[in-house]
Amino acid sequence: MKKIATGNKAVAEAVKQAVPGVVAAYPITPQTEVVEQVAEFVSSGELKSRYIAVESEHSAMAACIGASITGTRTFTATSSHGLLYMHEMTNWAAGARLPIVMANINRSLGPGWNIWAEHTDALQERDTGWLQVYVSTVQEAYDATLMAFRIAEHNDVLLPVMVNLDGFLLSHIMQPLDTIDISDFIPPCHLPHAIDVKNPAGYGGLTGPDQQFRFRWDIERSMRDSVKVIAETEREFARRFGRKYGFTEDYLCSDADVIIIAMGTLGKEAEVAVDLLRREGIKAGSMRLRWLRPFPNLNLKGKQVVVIDRDYSFGRGGILATEIMAQTKEDVFSVIAGLGGQEVTYEDIAEFVRKRRIGTEFWFGVTNHV
Amino acid sequence: MDTIPEIPKEEYILKCTSACAGCSDSLSLRYVLKAAGQDTVLVVPACCTSVIQGIYPNTAFKVPVYNIAFGAAAACASGMSNAFRAAGKKTNVIVYAGDGGTLDIGIQAMSGAFERGTDFLYICYDNEAYGNTGMQRSSGTPLGARTTTTPTGKTDAKKDIDAIIAAHNPPYMATACAAYPQDIFKKVTKALSFRGPTFIHILAPCPPGWRYSTEKSVEMGKLAVKTGMWVLYEREYGKLTIGAQSKAAMKKPLPLEDYLAPQGRFKGIDPKTVEILKQRITRNYARLAAEEAAP
Repeated sequence: MKKIATGNKAVAEAVKQAVPGVVAAYPITPQTEVVEQVAEFVSSGELKSRYIAVESEHSAMAACIGASITGTRTFTATSSHGLLYMHEMTNWAAGARLPIVMANINRSLGPGWNIWAEHTDALQERDTGWLQVYVSTVQEAYDATLMAFRIAEHNDVLLPVMVNLDGFLLSHIMQPLDTIDISDFIPPCHLPHAIDVKNPAGYGGLTGPDQQFRFRWDIERSMRDSVKVIAETEREFARRFGRKYGFTEDYLCSDADVIIIAMGTLGKEAEVAVDLLRREGIKAGSMRLRWLRPFPNLNLKGKQVVVIDRDYSFGRGGILATEIMAQTKEDVFSVIAGLGGQEVTYEDIAEFVRKRRIGTEFWFGVTNHV
Repeated sequence: MDTIPEIPKEEYILKCTSACAGCSDSLSLRYVLKAAGQDTVLVVPACCTSVIQGIYPNTAFKVPVYNIAFGAAAACASGMSNAFRAAGKKTNVIVYAGDGGTLDIGIQAMSGAFERGTDFLYICYDNEAYGNTGMQRSSGTPLGARTTTTPTGKTDAKKDIDAIIAAHNPPYMATACAAYPQDIFKKVTKALSFRGPTFIHILAPCPPGWRYSTEKSVEMGKLAVKTGMWVLYEREYGKLTIGAQSKAAMKKPLPLEDYLAPQGRFKGIDPKTVEILKQRITRNYARLAAEEAAP
């Protein structure tokens, strides 16, 4: 069914169709519309879930953990400080191998109070054992949320999945949304280690070094296995519903001399910049990174690479640029742009490409060494 | 008027746990589980009970135990209870948490869970300090007690968590003491018969923390009640009833010194502090008696 929706509403639509048994959430700008919409679906009876209006994000994730270990499908949504406040529990969720799905509406971190888009919030969760996908359109927000449940609950994965949407730039903009009849696309949740009072077990108690080490390795093994599950799920989604996704979304990359890599809405904006640059005779391409964890194998051999980070690791560099350089062993032109919701247009992106200096870092709007 | 309950022979804690000798946390839990039975999940935040279960892959407990981060027990139980009820299951969800996990780091999650009417039982076993980490003061440590972070005695009063819980108007709440296991059994049975959030606050004497010899845990618990330092009562839909043991004791309470003297944590306590404690005992009991007498 075709309609017009915001990114937030698209996520809520997907949640309604996935029918989690428990949703526990705490409001924060710009995520509020997701939880308001889900709460409305629950109160109108359109969604048969228990909605727990918890008193904090720490409790939101703890409640999802408590619900999930019974074998129930669970969902929450947050943003920025909310995500950081639940950091202890995001680690717990992954370590406990619980397939919780969370929408995170990417937002800057204080101080000062800044409610606009930035990826540093989710990237501070990079090492927790969550799968992370970054979307760029309302349609993709809906599709990725649906797929997140199937991927997380797949018994070769059993890790939580975070779906990331840029605050306001995607959470609050209206775009066409084609909702689908998902039928049996998401199989019933089956948690092999769910609590069973008839077969009592201890969960997460004292664990010695050797066992703990093995549990950590198990997380990594499942993270590696998730590559196959993600690919299968996205292939199946394309086959059944006609929309194709991958670890990256490549636009005119094959013959390109220079490739722009970014996540979220910046990655979509980069496609417009590519068109502009191609008209000028610069053979540019765009590779929008969708999955940050597991991190895909990128083939950038013989290409010049411009990475745009809407995030930063102080004392090190743009997080995406650092990841890409570590994985591909290629030097890049690292652009830091869009922090705190700074406006970045396709013309700005084209200018980054025109004036690229591989091996350097450039803070858009701050330094003038371009 | 006080009946002796029929306590099941079934044990839910295996012998030889890693509890300290004379541990009254495990003594209490033994009776909690006898009352709760097999259809029960324990949610345990960081506390002595996290250790007492044993080391993976073994567990000494015969009910499922979900261990969770220090400040998260009530929230975790909240999700669990909702998931069970949504699935049509009546499984008891019981938080078993220490005073640190309840009065300090877990208070926000607990307040939230009570306010939301979560169908669960929250039990705080209170040994009046952070026992697991080596007896640092908590807000449950009484005035004058020495801990490893109050080496000259605590200068602040014990937090009145029961008054805070009462402010949430739960259908049932009670105090209990490890020295009175039949009373614990009865109160847990009763708490689990209510729908909604219920609370039991168990005083759990702790030999290494309170610094008395290990065979005296029951004696310490009884002295706490007989001196009025701990009052046994229940509040059912807001209506308070003081327990028979406390009523009998408070007709002629033992001198507070009988309770303080055997405990190393009160060694060298300032006589002025003892006077303050005595005044508080008198006022606290008078307040409770007045509440009980009120219509």
